[in-house]
Amino acid sequence: MTMRRRSFLKLAGLGLAGASTVPVAQALVRGARTEAGPDALKGKRWAMVIDEKKCLTRGGCDVCVQACHRAHNVPAMANPRHEVKWLWKEQFGHVFPDRVTPYTPAVMKERPTLVLCNHCDNPPCVRVCPTQSTWKRADGLVMMDMHRCIGCRYCVVACPYGSRSFNFEDPRPGLRGEPTDYPTRTKGVVEKCTFCAERLAVGQRPLCVEACEGIGCGALTFGDLGDPASPVSALLRENDVARRKPELGTSPHVFYLL
Amino acid sequence: MHDAGKIVLGLGVFGVLVTAPVWYGIGRGKGEPPELQRPATAKQCIEPTAFMRARHMELLNEWRDAVVRDADRVYVASDGQHHEMSLTGTCLRCHEDPEKFCIRCHAYAGVEAFCWDCHQKKRTMAVSARRERGAP
Repeated sequence: MTMRRRSFLKLAGLGLAGASTVPVAQALVRGARTEAGPDALKGKRWAMVIDEKKCLTRGGCDVCVQACHRAHNVPAMANPRHEVKWLWKEQFGHVFPDRVTPYTPAVMKERPTLVLCNHCDNPPCVRVCPTQSTWKRADGLVMMDMHRCIGCRYCVVACPYGSRSFNFEDPRPGLRGEPTDYPTRTKGVVEKCTFCAERLAVGQRPLCVEACEGIGCGALTFGDLGDPASPVSALLRENDVARRKPELGTSPHVFYLL
Repeated sequence: MHDAGKIVLGLGVFGVLVTAPVWYGIGRGKGEPPELQRPATAKQCIEPTAFMRARHMELLNEWRDAVVRDADRVYVASDGQHHEMSLTGTCLRCHEDPEKFCIRCHAYAGVEAFCWDCHQKKRTMAVSARRERGAP
């Protein structure tokens, strides 16, 4: 039997149309599926506002840093060059270099300023990651998948804020006290703040925000910019806010009330 | 045919070398499957035992991707039961000591699992109490 080109193409087209109706991804077990938890917080665009004046009233307070590093099993490394950090304080002049002048007094220039991953709209770390182990979620969180990270450190170089830390050594011996249930990392992966994705998934706000509220300070505000009624939206509407290195076009979503 | 003896001898040596692992295995005798610690109370895993035995690694990979990539935290099993997708939080609830279950069997099978390089082998009290209230 010979087949003409026209009938062959017709048949091939029919076959393709039929194949496209086959579901692409099937659950491992019939009837099994995965879903978000019932309490999961859903947002269009998560963001944080740091009120620097409020933060400064407490001087050297670091309850947020302690809470974060403790809960996420962030180690304290003996070698300062191997330091791992998610949330920490940096001199103001280093955080906002364009907001100090030669005439800014040292106390102003050196005042401790809280920094963390900016969860940018246009994150350079995501662009350079060769394995997509860091990626931006639809709700704006810049996430890390430790299972995929190959430790190339392109993201560390790409991030203009120094928000990423590399595990030069096994972090477990450096843990601060008994580990929590949160997985530690391993030698050779990069880590950073994830806006507490694991807490959002069960209906809780980031731990640093709760720790700050816990001591009655309230310098940190977290919320959804997609919701005009959220506290972050209100703060951004009513205040003059700053972002770190806006000229780079990364569009950070950690805002500062200076 | 020249050098037939050498060739046959060489083939023989080659054959023995290639099949050496088989002879070694036969010589050592049959290895007994390890004694695994069974859960104290639970009678049934989240899916049928035969499935878990054969394909737990695929299930765990699916859990990993769902939790990390899609922010899903709940696994609805084929029997309709809801489970939190967590190695430390859910699996270790019944398989209390991975040393006596996961690791022991993996050592027997010669398969290295690096889950525990990062994931905790022990549920902490504080967190398990939180977990009972639905937190991670």
